[in-house]
Amino acid sequence: MADVLDLAFRLDRGDFSLDLACRVPARGVSALFGRSGCGKTTVLRCVAGLERAAGHCRLAEACWQDDANERFLPTHRRPIGYVFQEPSLFPHRSVRANLDYGRRRIPARARCVDFDEVVELLGIAPLLGRDPAGLSGGERQRVAIARALLTSPRLLLMDEPLAALDHTSKRDILPYLERLHDHLQIPILYVSHDPDEVARLADHILLIEAGRLRAAGPAPQMLTRLDLPLVREETASALLSGRVRAHDARYGLTRVAIPGASLMLERLDRAVDETVRVRIHARDVSIALDDPGTSSILNVLPAHIVEMHPLSASQVLVGLAVGTTPESRLLARITRHSWERLRLHPGQQVHAQVKAVAVMD
Amino acid sequence: MSLDLTPVWLTLKLATLTTAVLLVVGTPLAWWLSQTRSRFKQIVATLVALPLVLPPTVLGFYLLLLLGPHGPIGALTERLGLGTLPFTFAGLVVGSVLYSLPFMVQPVHNAFEAIGQRPLEVAATLRASPLARFFDVALPLALPGLLTGAVLAFAHTVGEFGVILMIGGNIPGETKVLSVAIYDHVESLEWAQAHWLAGGMVLFSFLVVLMMNLLGQRMRRIGHG
Repeated sequence: MADVLDLAFRLDRGDFSLDLACRVPARGVSALFGRSGCGKTTVLRCVAGLERAAGHCRLAEACWQDDANERFLPTHRRPIGYVFQEPSLFPHRSVRANLDYGRRRIPARARCVDFDEVVELLGIAPLLGRDPAGLSGGERQRVAIARALLTSPRLLLMDEPLAALDHTSKRDILPYLERLHDHLQIPILYVSHDPDEVARLADHILLIEAGRLRAAGPAPQMLTRLDLPLVREETASALLSGRVRAHDARYGLTRVAIPGASLMLERLDRAVDETVRVRIHARDVSIALDDPGTSSILNVLPAHIVEMHPLSASQVLVGLAVGTTPESRLLARITRHSWERLRLHPGQQVHAQVKAVAVMD
Repeated sequence: MSLDLTPVWLTLKLATLTTAVLLVVGTPLAWWLSQTRSRFKQIVATLVALPLVLPPTVLGFYLLLLLGPHGPIGALTERLGLGTLPFTFAGLVVGSVLYSLPFMVQPVHNAFEAIGQRPLEVAATLRASPLARFFDVALPLALPGLLTGAVLAFAHTVGEFGVILMIGGNIPGETKVLSVAIYDHVESLEWAQAHWLAGGMVLFSFLVVLMMNLLGQRMRRIGHG
């Protein structure tokens, strides 16, 4: 069975209270998602031991806090890495000295993260000899991430590591985070209020509202649950996981099988049978009653309507299940006019026309 | 005209020793003030700042009573076989440390506060123990503040007069420091000697403060603090 991060925190600070308990799989990226001020950063700080709330915190068999036994491990004795919103590099140390600061405190036999690998993964080799003052915001944050990773943490905590960056740096750094996710076996607890970031990075989502856990679950389910606010975002989308079936050299396409259907994608540089995660935005999906056949749209998937949620006076959001498999969920954002004109209703068999598919990894 | 330079050396020795003691004693005190949530924090901070507003003679008077043979500290030092401190060089050091304490503690305290909690939290997440955080992060980042504190404490000790007269008196080679010597020369109408010592002191103070200012500017430029 996979390791579990088991948290319970209670805190009362007059205008803000936190009361939350959850068990998160310690694998991949778990996103703590919520509005500013909902307490997600406080949760992260409590996991790190930077703040103390009543409750407990355990990772697998290791106990970092347990009030019942009056146990509270100070931050420097917890095997965590922490990436703050601002890079917070030590200004009086070079990039290399910043990286070494945590690393040299880890006994050589306990190091499971390779220096060269991390430097390569984050693209910071050319920066090693420089001073932090001379780096751009994105470069600093990459160094800060590498510095945290080099302590070989059992758990990496990231507090909106992209929020303080401008749009370009953000776009530059996201692929590095995705590479971390794919190449390192370190579970990540990732705080964010950006639904797009969460959709790109998260395997598991914890939705936090006003210091309480509203819902938690695997990202593909959480992102398509119409009762949760995530689907109300402009970037609302569905995540699907599939397997490469075949390449079509003549048209430069790749066929990917997802549960209940298959997708044709722009040629992927993947071997047959490899898994792929794809993301489909609600705004890129429309609904037809019968297979148009005459359309230029490549991907038309048989689906049935599961539920509908009105978004505004003009728009509705439709939850679809691809084929007959309930786990392959799609979202479609269509006009209320169309919903009524086509007399759509839950349970109905339709065809989902998918205009664009983004490959995640 | 014969110019006795003993008071100059005595003053430099006193100021150097006082600054050294203050660096060792004042820095942890400033650190405690910057980190503590104790309700005694304001009381301690006020006590530290008291020499700023008290007339030196008041401080000297109470030190004389405390350190004297009938004072609690004097009784202690006598029992320990150290004798009593008033009218000795060691007594001057004790008096100077207390008198210059705010000049060391306040700049260093401000420097520690200016660092903020973030770099210390970062260090903690990188497995640094509280002691390592102090030496690796807090001290280097507060270096300009330490330097300012050291210069102020040194200069202030060089210029001290009232406390010394109260607890040190005027013993050549033991407690007769520069400021007292100048006062003596003026009293005996030895204007030339007074000029040499006083003028030398102006020049010396100017050079020390200038050097520290230049050094501080340079350190700020290369990104310390």
